[in-house]
Amino acid sequence: MTVTSQLAYADLEALQSAMTGDEKHSAAATSTLDVLWVLYDRVLRVSPATADDPDRDRFLLSKGHGPVSYYAVLAAKGFLDGIDLTAIGTFDSPLGFHPDRNLLPGVEISSGSLGHGLGLAVGVALGLRAQGRTDTHVWVLLGDAELDEGSNHEAIAYAGATGLDNLHVVVVDNASSTHGWPGGIASRFAVNGWATAGVNGRDHDAIYDTFTASHTGRPYAVVANVERKDS
Amino acid sequence: MRARFIDTATRLLNEDPRLALVLADISADSFAPARRAHPDRVINVGIREQLMTSVAGGLALSGMRPIVHTIASFLIERPFEQLKIGVAHQGSGVVLVGHGASYDYSTSGRTHQAPGDVALLDTLPDWSVYVPGHPDEVETLLRHAAADGDNRAYVRLSERTNATARTVTPGAFDVVRRGSDGVVIAVGPMLDAVLEATADLDVTVLYATTVRPFDAATLRTAVSDAHPNVAIVEPYLAGTSSAIVAAALVDTPHRILALGVANAEVRRYGTMAEHDRLHGLDVPAMRARITGFIEPALV
Repeated sequence: MTVTSQLAYADLEALQSAMTGDEKHSAAATSTLDVLWVLYDRVLRVSPATADDPDRDRFLLSKGHGPVSYYAVLAAKGFLDGIDLTAIGTFDSPLGFHPDRNLLPGVEISSGSLGHGLGLAVGVALGLRAQGRTDTHVWVLLGDAELDEGSNHEAIAYAGATGLDNLHVVVVDNASSTHGWPGGIASRFAVNGWATAGVNGRDHDAIYDTFTASHTGRPYAVVANVERKDS
Repeated sequence: MRARFIDTATRLLNEDPRLALVLADISADSFAPARRAHPDRVINVGIREQLMTSVAGGLALSGMRPIVHTIASFLIERPFEQLKIGVAHQGSGVVLVGHGASYDYSTSGRTHQAPGDVALLDTLPDWSVYVPGHPDEVETLLRHAAADGDNRAYVRLSERTNATARTVTPGAFDVVRRGSDGVVIAVGPMLDAVLEATADLDVTVLYATTVRPFDAATLRTAVSDAHPNVAIVEPYLAGTSSAIVAAALVDTPHRILALGVANAEVRRYGTMAEHDRLHGLDVPAMRARITGFIEPALV
């Protein structure tokens, strides 16, 4: 299956179904679908035509596990024109079970090993600021279990302390962290000076309203709550 | 070397708006003037080496050319997966500048020593590695690395320096002396000791300040003009470059002696000179080992 025209949210299920073989990460994939759709459909200022524009918004999928939702959204938005989704995971396909930015247009980082995306996003945000690109936004998506990785907490502390307000984090919380987050995930960011919010990760209008809320002078973390991984 | 690095990097930041410097507290005070001049491009993340490396990777993704600097053990070893995934796997380029690698911090013990830095970096593809032997060479090699497109580079600084600088050409070995009984490759700050240890031996001495990529052509030429006895003296783990030497001479019967830092938990403090003796890298031991390697082969 190849996608050659822009599609709608209702088409995503069929696109996801075309990509088989990584079912062990199906919960991870399912958890991110609506957040990814709202970002690419209504928030991010990036398109296939501007995928190399230095002023484009950046989206970094830190949680590279279960990328079929990501691929489905990219395909629906025209980034994967001509790429056979059904070939995912095969030798000649650019679609792996973890994404590679060097193989796919529109993919900002290669991910899969958890805990790298947020630190990279801090660097991208700093680089854009140093270049005077003050109206370019950086978004990064993590999972609640991924937040276990200590590298994230170096980034959270630094970004909060430096008021990196072009940086946005979405933590998709499907309660898969082994030891959980007593006090809530948002508080982990808030204690370091981030603006934070929570949202139903399946409610598109609520996601949009939350993502576009003002957070002047502070980085912004949104916890998108979805059904539990084991539900 | 570290002082020359700070001076050179500060001037490079003035010259090239694409350059950024990322620190994890180490040397931050020395870069205070640069930070005042370029607050958005001189970034100190605090004692967070994973973030330091990831920030550099992100800066590169945004189109900048980051220089990353701290003590070698915290530059190469601690954030190694950030180098592997956050930099190399992304296809990004950075310039790493480490100091105090092998046992420069001899009184500090194992926690501040990284004799395996080059060997570890060798597990990743496409890194250039520069090992200056004198502060003047630091400037030449750093300027080259910073201007080298978006390549990945490691500049390995040391407290140990040769007495005089040589005119170095990035990427090429320098023929210091020609002889017929063998070839000795002296890497960076090992040159003075090698020259003293081989003063009365009839050997070619090559001086290597770029070790990756490895100047196989100059080595092959030198070996073709002498007995194929090759000794390489490295200031990091002994044998780090042995496989590369062997590959360079794959069609030439040859012998290799690899001198360098032993792969051992050395639970000693003391001075660099004492560690030199422990590793057989002081001049008398070096002379004995090289002589013992070459002379039997000439019989």
